[in-house]
Amino acid sequence: MGATPAGWLQAIALVGALALCHRPLGDHIAGLLTSARHLRAEKALYKAVGVDADADQRWPVYLRSVLAFSALSVLFLYGLIRLQTHLLLSLGVPEMEAHQAWNTAVSFTTNTNWQSYSGESAMGHLVQMAGLAVQNFVSAAVGIAVVAALVRGFSRHRTDRVGNFWVDLTRISLRLLLPVSVLFALVLAANGVVQNFHGFEQVTTLSGGQQSIPGGPVASQEAIKLLGTNGGGFYNANSAHPFENPTGFTNLLEVFLLLVIPFALPRTFGRMVGDHRQGHAVVAVMGLFWAASAVLVTFFEHQHSGSALQAAGAAMEGKEQRFGVAASSLFAASTTLTSTGAVNSFHDSFTPFGGGLTVFDMMLGEIAPGGTGSGLYGMLVLAVVAVFVAGLMVGRTPEYLGKKLGGREMKFASLYILTTPTIVLVGTGCAIALPGERAGMLNDGAHGFSEVLYAFTSAANNNGSAFAGITVNTAWYDTALGLAMVFGRFLPVVFVLALAGSLARQRPVPASAGTLPTHGPLFVGLLSAVVLIVVGLTYFPALALGPIAEGLH
Amino acid sequence: MPAFLRTHLTALRMLLAMTAILGLAYPLLVTGISQLAFPARADGSIVEHDGKPAGSRLIGQAFDLPQTDPDAPARPDPKWFQPRPSAGGYDPTASGASNLGPTSTDLLDAVAERRAAIAAFDGVDPATVPPDALTASGSGLDPHISVAYAREQVNRVARERGIPAQQLNHLIDRHTDGRPLGFLGQGGVNVLQLNLAVAALG
Repeated sequence: MGATPAGWLQAIALVGALALCHRPLGDHIAGLLTSARHLRAEKALYKAVGVDADADQRWPVYLRSVLAFSALSVLFLYGLIRLQTHLLLSLGVPEMEAHQAWNTAVSFTTNTNWQSYSGESAMGHLVQMAGLAVQNFVSAAVGIAVVAALVRGFSRHRTDRVGNFWVDLTRISLRLLLPVSVLFALVLAANGVVQNFHGFEQVTTLSGGQQSIPGGPVASQEAIKLLGTNGGGFYNANSAHPFENPTGFTNLLEVFLLLVIPFALPRTFGRMVGDHRQGHAVVAVMGLFWAASAVLVTFFEHQHSGSALQAAGAAMEGKEQRFGVAASSLFAASTTLTSTGAVNSFHDSFTPFGGGLTVFDMMLGEIAPGGTGSGLYGMLVLAVVAVFVAGLMVGRTPEYLGKKLGGREMKFASLYILTTPTIVLVGTGCAIALPGERAGMLNDGAHGFSEVLYAFTSAANNNGSAFAGITVNTAWYDTALGLAMVFGRFLPVVFVLALAGSLARQRPVPASAGTLPTHGPLFVGLLSAVVLIVVGLTYFPALALGPIAEGLH
Repeated sequence: MPAFLRTHLTALRMLLAMTAILGLAYPLLVTGISQLAFPARADGSIVEHDGKPAGSRLIGQAFDLPQTDPDAPARPDPKWFQPRPSAGGYDPTASGASNLGPTSTDLLDAVAERRAAIAAFDGVDPATVPPDALTASGSGLDPHISVAYAREQVNRVARERGIPAQQLNHLIDRHTDGRPLGFLGQGGVNVLQLNLAVAALG
């Protein structure tokens, strides 16, 4: 079969698999977020931890629980990394410096998984398992918990309760993420992803040289790395490494895993608000942006524009032979449109427009379909903005899902959409203004600027992928990008939970002839336009200086 | 106890419980099952040569001449099929890519140099050297090359070893990994397995 039909078939198989899982998985998540029943094991856990599982929380309490859990996670992980030289299975790695340990602890807690370290030379197996992989689970669960609270804000009326964070966290981790991870970790291991506790095994190669073959509990970490849209690689080369992603089959499986929860959550949303058509509209917008991006990145990579790639005859720099251009492009678009940031090929060497699109994907705010939970809450905030804009055009008080969008709601929505661009543009500006930080670029000219822009876009949107040529293991970048990750994660969470509280308090407004229907093609078009305009107006100047300048050169 | 402190204590206990379940029990369970059900794969798909481990089927290797001067650049050994360029010299303790941009002059120069060097080494027209031979992979450990690049090296290896080219072409066919299920990824020739088969010919 030729490369082009194979590429199309691969994408079609992926869409088919995602469509098959959309309903059952979405319903399962809705079930576990709304059920009043606790499993026996969960009851024991709540008792040990000291949680009153039947008491719902007001939004400030829910928020405090999220923040306390995340703050302790950062501290715990920081301690674990700094002390790892004294722990079991540390493989003799050197002690990590304070700024890099801070950056890593924040990175995994915020579901970013930006890595300024190189996995095989900086992390022992125990920290990978008991530190990093645990955050892969719970940071994903935190995202879904926050969107659950927001959806309850729409579905509940005249209450100040938005759910119980501890119960949400436990059920999402143990009833959703854990069983799916066990299943897929085994499938990955059966296909060649390593799963052992070995250190480096010395071998004499066929031509008489020496090689160290790495080991590690990789399959177990790989499954949740993708399922939780985390993206932090066990090894430096991430999902390009043959031990993380050995074949074309595991590759498609990994793309499927990183998309499956974000694309199922709109079903959960539709079910919880009692109108599946609302979920269909949201998933349609997500699907449109995802399909457009996947097709365009593939198109540009096949064209292989750029002087060096033209000279080579194909855009294969930074790509693996077993994946080729189509499977690498599909992965790149999917990982940057979710908040995953795992890579099976290195975006720094992508064509100017192909690589530029990966930056643009993140700038969309990671909503198509976005990270686990964070994608849906980002999209719902933009839906609120879209309804408001439509209300302005016809001069009516806007309402969404029976809830009035007044001044208070719009303030939270506006603050949400201003947060990330502010962090990205201020951060990039500071880095470019400082001569020492400019020197971190590997490439020069417009492409070097893109490396810095990519870094801050990735950190603030909690993606974690990079134009990886840039040198970021410096005190300044570790600290600045760490702050970008913290603010980029938790400020939006504050605004989303405040919005949830404010919506839950309202009594429902019955739909009237003047209510804008928020399902159907009209709303899908309106919401897509709002997404494009908000992002386009905000980021166009920065994009013009980076990828667009390079592409038109 | 103040509410602030109580929340943090709950958070700490929850984190420790999750660490025990997700950070210890889960990877141990997956390791146990994998080691029982498919130990060779879970241990890295190690291949042997003369009864000794010679690397992993999944991890690419360099096939260079023995180094006499450690500072001199590595020179490819003409008796072996050669892998793709690697940013890390096929060192699995330093996986990764070159990260050179699409318009980078460094990359442009590297491509031109590789094209000339490979054409001279394999005795072929520079225009026919395939793209995967001119570009470094993402992992720096790519175990595969394209079928085109393998075919291009046949005459050199045949001449160096005194083996008919026909026989080498047959080995290439045997060690080409097609697309899984016929349409996933891209497939290619596994260089280590091909070279093991070549070595077995004597």
